[in-house]
Amino acid sequence: MNKRIFLDPLFKNNPIPVLALGICSALAVTVKLEPAMVMALSVTLVTGFSSMILSLLRNTIPNRIRIIVQLVVVATLVILVDQVLKAFAWEISKQLSVFVGLIITNCIIMGRIEAFALYNKPFPSLVDGLANGLGYGIILIAVSVVRELLGSGTLMGYQVIPQQWYVANGGVYENNGLFILPPMALIILGLIVWVFNAKNAKRV
Amino acid sequence: MKWIEKIIDKIKPTFSKGGRLAFLHSTFDAFETFLLVPGTVTGKGSHIRDCNDLKRVMIVVVIALVPCLLFGMYNTGLQHFLASGPEEDLPGFLSVFWFGFLKVLPLVIVSYVVGLGIEFTIAQIRGHQVNEGYLVTGMLIPLIVPVTIPLWMLTLAVAFAVLIGKEIFGGTGMNIWNPALLARAFLFFSYPRYMTGNNVWVVDGTSGATPLAALAEGTPLQELPSWTDMFLGFIPGSVGETSVVCILLGAAILLYTGVASWKIMISCVAGAALLSLAGDIPVHYHLVAGGFAFGCVFMATDPVTSPQTETGKWIYGFLTGAFTVTIRLFNPGYPEGMMLAILLMNTFSPLIDHMVVSVNVKRRIKRIASHG
Repeated sequence: MNKRIFLDPLFKNNPIPVLALGICSALAVTVKLEPAMVMALSVTLVTGFSSMILSLLRNTIPNRIRIIVQLVVVATLVILVDQVLKAFAWEISKQLSVFVGLIITNCIIMGRIEAFALYNKPFPSLVDGLANGLGYGIILIAVSVVRELLGSGTLMGYQVIPQQWYVANGGVYENNGLFILPPMALIILGLIVWVFNAKNAKRV
Repeated sequence: MKWIEKIIDKIKPTFSKGGRLAFLHSTFDAFETFLLVPGTVTGKGSHIRDCNDLKRVMIVVVIALVPCLLFGMYNTGLQHFLASGPEEDLPGFLSVFWFGFLKVLPLVIVSYVVGLGIEFTIAQIRGHQVNEGYLVTGMLIPLIVPVTIPLWMLTLAVAFAVLIGKEIFGGTGMNIWNPALLARAFLFFSYPRYMTGNNVWVVDGTSGATPLAALAEGTPLQELPSWTDMFLGFIPGSVGETSVVCILLGAAILLYTGVASWKIMISCVAGAALLSLAGDIPVHYHLVAGGFAFGCVFMATDPVTSPQTETGKWIYGFLTGAFTVTIRLFNPGYPEGMMLAILLMNTFSPLIDHMVVSVNVKRRIKRIASHG
């Protein structure tokens, strides 16, 4: 059971391409691989632990004010993540700028709390939250690998495409500036959605 | 032409159902209908029949583009020799043309080979007929890029335009944006250094700012090429866009055959003229500079991506012209606005159509209501 809860959000019900949640940040933070990985990790931790905490509280929260309680828990975790990043990874924190704070508005988190954590025990909720964060992370990393490689010629900040290929050094290659711009993220994401849809259609 | 028919008839069974090469029937079908008029006739219902099918329409546009292409070749050579030496050393007409011909031809070949290759492959995979839409796109793309563009970049742009711009939406007739302009937009945002700037337009040359780029840098109007030169086309610029004379020739062909909409062309010029009152550059310069004339005649009038309603065409054309001049005047980042204006209006043309239709529906309902 827990295995299914864990694997389902990674592929079959991946939050970004299948449920279409959390797309905005996937467009914004995928220019480079490193911030994308940090973002994926942050979102994974926040979704996992907010799901777990709210699952623990699920029988004590009055239904009418549940959204407020959820927001308080999620906001607390986001602030924690933000402060940790500022303390230990200042450079990346600067690159991610407002997007760490905006994790609170990430639809995946509220979606999983509303749909799963409020009706399930803490441990499955933790697994579900983490798995959805990881599913989000997989897509983020896939998009950012393509964008950083083709847009900047680097991965994790290291030059991957040989320097002598570039026009400036007598070669013929040039980085593709379009991959740094947001429209290309949307197009890559669209192609990923296409792949997922084609696969899921076959399975049904 | 009988012998073509004979050959086709002879090899047809090989490609038909059950034949040895049946899986290539889309490709065969494309060549058969390219060479001969299709034999399939609508069986029932009333249809207005006309000798013009999609293929004939596309060929008319390609013919209308030929003057621009030939002049573009000559101008490429001319700009090269003007930049590399004094005017007295200019070689004869033929050698100038030959030089440009050798520079432009690879662009045309790459555009057609890559684009048609993708179209044929996808038609095969889907089991569709090959559409003829690419005939025009493939000719437009070399005409709206700088002649100095590296061929591998052009390959990527063509692949992007055909796959993402057209095939994903369902192929010819289904695309939202003009595929040729999408190829240019891809290059423009991917490799800006190769698309704009001072030394991209002239083969192996040192300087060659287009008039619009010069204007954007603040060069006074008096130091630009003369208006006559800009009208005739002896200026640096994308291959096919410089000569307004050749473009007008193409426009005449398109209008005479009824392929392009005169409403879009006129309202486009009107929009540009009105907005140019807001800037210092006089109207007649706007109309001959950069890609305005070319875009107005060949790109904005694309029947697929422009509105279908007659009122919509007026609105669409007017806004295209107006946005072009707005971008030229008020956006310091982009000296030329034709591409962006047309792509923007392409996006809005279904909306314009929708508005026009619903306004008409409301008007008629009102009329019926008032009659009782």
